[in-house]
Amino acid sequence: MINLINVSSVLGHCGPFTNLVTRPTGAAVRSLIEQSLSAAHGAVTVIDFSEVEMIDFSCADEVIAKLLLRFGSEPAREAYFVFRAASEHLDAIETVLERHMLALVIQLDDGAVQLIGAVADAERRCWETVRRMGGGRATAIAIELGRDVQETTALLDGLARRRLLMHSGERYETVGGGA
Amino acid sequence: MTTVLTVPPSLDDTTFEHLLEQLAPLPADERILIDARHARWASPYGLTALLTLAQSRAEPPGLAVPEADDTASYWARLGFFRHAQELFELHGTVPKARSGGESDVLLEITSVSKSEDVHEVVGRIQQKAQSMLVRELNIDAKATMGFAMTLSEACQNIVEHAGRGGWVAVQAYRWTKRLGRRVVVIAVCDAGVGFRQSLESSPGRRLGDRWDDAQALEEAVIRGVSRFRDPGRGQGLAGVRRYVGRWEGKLSVRSGTARIAIVPKWDDDVPLAEKLPNFPGAQMQITIPEQLPAR
Repeated sequence: MINLINVSSVLGHCGPFTNLVTRPTGAAVRSLIEQSLSAAHGAVTVIDFSEVEMIDFSCADEVIAKLLLRFGSEPAREAYFVFRAASEHLDAIETVLERHMLALVIQLDDGAVQLIGAVADAERRCWETVRRMGGGRATAIAIELGRDVQETTALLDGLARRRLLMHSGERYETVGGGA
Repeated sequence: MTTVLTVPPSLDDTTFEHLLEQLAPLPADERILIDARHARWASPYGLTALLTLAQSRAEPPGLAVPEADDTASYWARLGFFRHAQELFELHGTVPKARSGGESDVLLEITSVSKSEDVHEVVGRIQQKAQSMLVRELNIDAKATMGFAMTLSEACQNIVEHAGRGGWVAVQAYRWTKRLGRRVVVIAVCDAGVGFRQSLESSPGRRLGDRWDDAQALEEAVIRGVSRFRDPGRGQGLAGVRRYVGRWEGKLSVRSGTARIAIVPKWDDDVPLAEKLPNFPGAQMQITIPEQLPAR
């Protein structure tokens, strides 16, 4: 199941705003997003930034970084995010991701997904390989990567813990691969 | 007795210090009259800082308005008198602000005290900034968003830290004396608690031996330290610094007795000025110059 959250609509519930600026606005937007996520355990949620004119650093920190920190690693709050129409706002988003050592998946205009933020080179190569393959088992991914299975499994599990890959049974898939 | 402080003919971030030197020896409750009759020009910083000066006094100071019609009219177009009439006892002829029509001012002096004010400021600047940055300053259209982000973060500094309201203004003009190019200038001034006191309010903060306004500015502006323990804090000023660096701009922040500056190649300002006349709050100026065409 894929949930869709239109940030512009959420922003409209916080006041007559078109820009995601200031911490109080960011906190209000995040709070509403969190409410709509309460029933989305384990599902992929597309956070759509279409129609958001601007997002500043403070608001990006409140909305994106805090959302990832709260849902990014706690087993009780398993949620996967894909950020759509975020390319216009990369300056603010990448800044807050680096600050908190976070990463996320964005969906480009052509539908392809891309990993941005604080990710080690080996993790990025691993994630890209999974994306290219359209998902697979650790053994197949290890062969494609040219690494041993144990090493590859550790990378895959690390990415899954950060909610950048989905792990179901023995398969690993990129978040948003089918979003 | 009333002490008269003379406004220099050209009032900007540098010459405002002359006013503060005159003000420094006076007790806060001393009656003052600010004599701007012979002022000919003022930057957005000069005018917003003048409002904070009034805000810092126990009694509303007097203000003798500029005698030159074009100067007084420009101050009116920037919205100065609208705020000044609340803070000063005005003497002289105050021109009526032009109503309606398209103003040549990018963002007239606007009070900032709460989050909604920042939304208002950002919303108002977006349209005008886009055409001006591209057409007059040769700055990439994509940089418009960064400009609005910079403005937003600078204003939020008041909302988050000052403890009282302040003012913002944005204007573009040709800076003949220093640069010979057009610039766009953001001024954000308040008479609140200032950087040192703001950082001191952080729970459990240890203060070093040389803790003073200069070190507080270094911590906040250069190292991104905030009074909040949240690791996500302090990104606003860091973002401002990055934007200024990308466009060879200048950032200067004055607070208490010190002023710190990110100085570009075209300017000869000092990076850190200490032992200035004490003045409450924080006064920030961001200058983005016209970009020279690539050779």
